[in-house]
Amino acid sequence: MFHLCREHNTRNPAIKLLFATGPSINTRLLVAVIASIALLVVEHRSQQLDFLRATLSFFIDPIKYLVDLPTVLVGQASDSISSYSTLKKDNERLREDQLIHQTQLLKFEALEKENIRLRALLENSFKLGEQVLIAELLSVNMAPYEHIVVVNKGTRFGVHPRQPVLDANGVVGQVFRALPLSSEIMLITDLNHAIPVQVNRNGLLTIAVGSGQINRLILPFLPSNADIRPGDLLITSGLGGTFPQGYPVAVVDEFTSQLNKPFANITATPKAKLDRNRELMIVWSNSTPVPLISKPSETEPADKAPPHE
Amino acid sequence: MNNFYYGFGKIILSMVLAMCLKIAPLPPALAAFNPDWVLLTLIYWSLAVPERVGIFHAWTFGLLTDVLTGRLFGQNALAYSLVIYICLKLHKRLRQFPLLQQELFIFFCLLLSQLLLFLIKNLQHPAQLHGTFWLPVFTGTICWPLVYTVMRFVRLSRRIKE
Repeated sequence: MFHLCREHNTRNPAIKLLFATGPSINTRLLVAVIASIALLVVEHRSQQLDFLRATLSFFIDPIKYLVDLPTVLVGQASDSISSYSTLKKDNERLREDQLIHQTQLLKFEALEKENIRLRALLENSFKLGEQVLIAELLSVNMAPYEHIVVVNKGTRFGVHPRQPVLDANGVVGQVFRALPLSSEIMLITDLNHAIPVQVNRNGLLTIAVGSGQINRLILPFLPSNADIRPGDLLITSGLGGTFPQGYPVAVVDEFTSQLNKPFANITATPKAKLDRNRELMIVWSNSTPVPLISKPSETEPADKAPPHE
Repeated sequence: MNNFYYGFGKIILSMVLAMCLKIAPLPPALAAFNPDWVLLTLIYWSLAVPERVGIFHAWTFGLLTDVLTGRLFGQNALAYSLVIYICLKLHKRLRQFPLLQQELFIFFCLLLSQLLLFLIKNLQHPAQLHGTFWLPVFTGTICWPLVYTVMRFVRLSRRIKE
């Protein structure tokens, strides 16, 4: 039963000649091994193979979308059979939420203006707001031991590597590799990821490193006497240039100082729902400083004269 | 020669299916167990029709798997072409083996491939891997009879001859 294909070996033995036509199997192996190693070295050292990956991904990305298809269909089916009353309830709740958020935004706007005025007093520049693109997660599993997810927006939408990615609650990660039809996003909890953060309460700067567990970050570089306690909110510090300043990252949940060791043992829980969200926001932060002097008078003629005049 | 391309679609289709299974969205607890379906399918085809599926096929599908799973270019290509080389060298003997012996061989093939991936990952940056990294080797070995039976059924349903 397990004799694979003895029958057609005997039936058509002439085909064996095919082996003799090309180079020998040892040569083929040698070529394949050398080619693989060359590719490995070149891609590890430089960006020159990006175009090759982009080209191949045109053939490969449909597979990702194919694997994602059942999840999409189930979602659509459950959407289409949800009853009128559920939809109505949802709609009401969302409207209330929106009202609350709008009110908060009113206050935010006032604060922003105040901030701009204060910065103008200091003759400082300010950052323009960020632009976002909503991308949807593809439910595929790239490598089980890495925290890398795939979303359905790629370089065709202008996505590029090292862009920050957020969800409604906080920082999710950054774009790791942008392909034409999809892009790979490294979550902040990946073992190879680190994000510069600061404690919101007192501005203490440090770095949060991924732990490899989906609900845990580690802060390995704080001394035992650092002013940090459970419940502290960590926000992005804006250092390093990848993440814009001021987005919530995680909440400190444990602080234990180790005896005889210079650094404390601190863990934090990410604010973003890393394992639950399907919609993510890819952010373009405009990091070119804009001179402030003309800005308020342009955008707000109704405003009083800028304070420096 | 016309005969040569006959049935090639079946091979490609099975490889695409294997690629789908490789990135299937399993729950996190099961994801670590997901065996390397692409390699298993390649091994099957290289044993069953060694005249059709050779080292360059293995290399090409390895490269595509690299793109699919976001690895550094060439690592799966290297592992797959080495494993398929061994399969091609031994395919005549392997066909005569009873299933248990075949499984042992598959186990070492998968182990070799995983070992190569591990070494390359280690060179890239010192790896901090769990023991779960090696689980696909064992589940792959367990899954081999399944792959064998299904693929044999597929192959013989409309004969892919040499």
